[in-house]
Amino acid sequence: MSETILEIRHLSKTFGSHAVLKDVDFTVRKGDVTSIIGASGSGKSTLLRCVNLLETLTTGDILFHGESVISGKVNQSAYRARVGMVFQSFNLFSNLTVLQNCVIGQRKVNRVPQKEARDRALYYLNKVGMLPYINARPSQISGGQKQRAAIARALAMEPEVLLFDEPTSALDPEMVGEVLDVIKSLAAERMTMLVVTHEMAFARDVSSQVVYMADGVIVEEGPPSQVLSDPQDLRTREFLRRFLGQNAENL
Amino acid sequence: MFEQLFKDIGIVWAKYGTVYLTGILNTLLLATGATLIGCVIGFICGILQTIPIAPGDFWLKRFLLRALRAVIRVYVEVFRGTPMILQAVFIYYGMPYFFGIAFRDIWTVSMLVVSVNTGAYMAESVRGGIMSIDPGQFEGAKAIGMNHFQTMLYIILPQTLRNILPQIGNNYIINVKDTSVMFIIGFQDFFAVHKMVSGATFKYFPSALLEMGGYLFLTLLASFLLRTLERKMKGQSNYELVNTDQLVLTAGNYKFSGQAPYEETNRDYRREEP
Ligand SMILES: Nc1ncnc2c1ncn2[C@@H]1O[C@H](COP(=O)(O)OP(=O)(O)O)[C@@H](O)[C@H]1O
Ligand SMILES: [Mg+2]
Repeated sequence: MSETILEIRHLSKTFGSHAVLKDVDFTVRKGDVTSIIGASGSGKSTLLRCVNLLETLTTGDILFHGESVISGKVNQSAYRARVGMVFQSFNLFSNLTVLQNCVIGQRKVNRVPQKEARDRALYYLNKVGMLPYINARPSQISGGQKQRAAIARALAMEPEVLLFDEPTSALDPEMVGEVLDVIKSLAAERMTMLVVTHEMAFARDVSSQVVYMADGVIVEEGPPSQVLSDPQDLRTREFLRRFLGQNAENL
Repeated sequence: MFEQLFKDIGIVWAKYGTVYLTGILNTLLLATGATLIGCVIGFICGILQTIPIAPGDFWLKRFLLRALRAVIRVYVEVFRGTPMILQAVFIYYGMPYFFGIAFRDIWTVSMLVVSVNTGAYMAESVRGGIMSIDPGQFEGAKAIGMNHFQTMLYIILPQTLRNILPQIGNNYIINVKDTSVMFIIGFQDFFAVHKMVSGATFKYFPSALLEMGGYLFLTLLASFLLRTLERKMKGQSNYELVNTDQLVLTAGNYKFSGQAPYEETNRDYRREEP
């Protein structure tokens, strides 16, 4: 069994009186590709945002290489730099070009020298097929291109874990494929990833484990062959039946 | 028909032309300097006001941040809420009472008063500008590990600056005109020249005409410069597709080691143990 990178322990998150995550527990090991599925509003985004400390945890803890990231011992900005995040709405820096987007974090956060930062940015931009567009601003490229640039920006920090929050949900259908292909190629290289997705075929083919969430709890988790093909819990079955009923061609 | 008018203007200009020009120069320097300093004050207030206060923070930090916000609030309300002419009097004549020293240098006091006044307005513009920026920009920056100051400096404030440029222009033009109140402490701006000249020559209208023309020239120039700057900052509307062959070579310079860089570099995420 490979090295444990992240351990989410008894994580709860409430907004006011609304309990969005209830006692969530799970572990991410090196090389895992975990797909998180579940109905809208079940707390998937909140879970990822808690993992990246974009939200403060109400209770519970997150251990990074066995160390609590909220205890004060760990510098939270530095931790975030080790855990990359790709957003549904891209969030590329609109005042910077595609290349600068991939350089700035390396320069300012990781203090990488200019030349090395540029080379590394180009390496990852090449990987996601965005080299021709390095001088474009985010407003000048398509959604699929933005998302690929955003993935390159996250990769340029060379994080240990990459979180994806519905990376293809804001895209026109014809652009979904190009972004999923990039994520698939990362999976093939054993990049550790946590992917919230509604693309069931992707979850089945690419992930090493699938987590099904409902109402802020993890209902079922396991390899895709089990969770997607032979779900044990009634709620998982119901979700998949309804979901695949509408999107039968997806699986 | 306007013979007399032209003649009078000629007389006034012949005798006081250089005085008018010095006045214009003083006004321009004061307005420009104070607007720039005011912007810096405004942006600093913007950064400080938006430092996030997390419930988990140490109580002293929370207290200090709240106090800081309150101080900025008071500053903005006081300097926006009182006439600049009075602020000038307060600072110029109040100094000896409070600090036992008198600022006798009119330039320093004038620059101070107008800057601090402009800063109060700019602080609000900047705050509004920051609030209007997509929260996703903050999250994108946080997610790659930037702290508050880095996020502000490299991502948020450049976008804010672009958005509030029209308001900065407004403030600049207002300053060109309103620095005239600094006559109260004896600042020799463009309008002060009018009072001096018309007092000496009794040619009120010819002098006023020169003044009108002069101020309009200054403000039109300011408008023009700001528009040019705005266009510059918007950036090019198109971009060049890059010849990738060359870049692939460059990109090839970087060899991914195939293992997480976490172990091989010393970018340690742990805080130093005290
Ligand atoms: N900032 C917030 N304030 C209040 N409620 C929130 C906030 N963010 C999310 N929620 C609520 O938390 C629940 C889960 O949201 P989310 O994690 O976005 O679900 P999902 O990503 O699975 O669709 C939703 O009911 C949503 O309304
Ligand atoms: Mg979501």
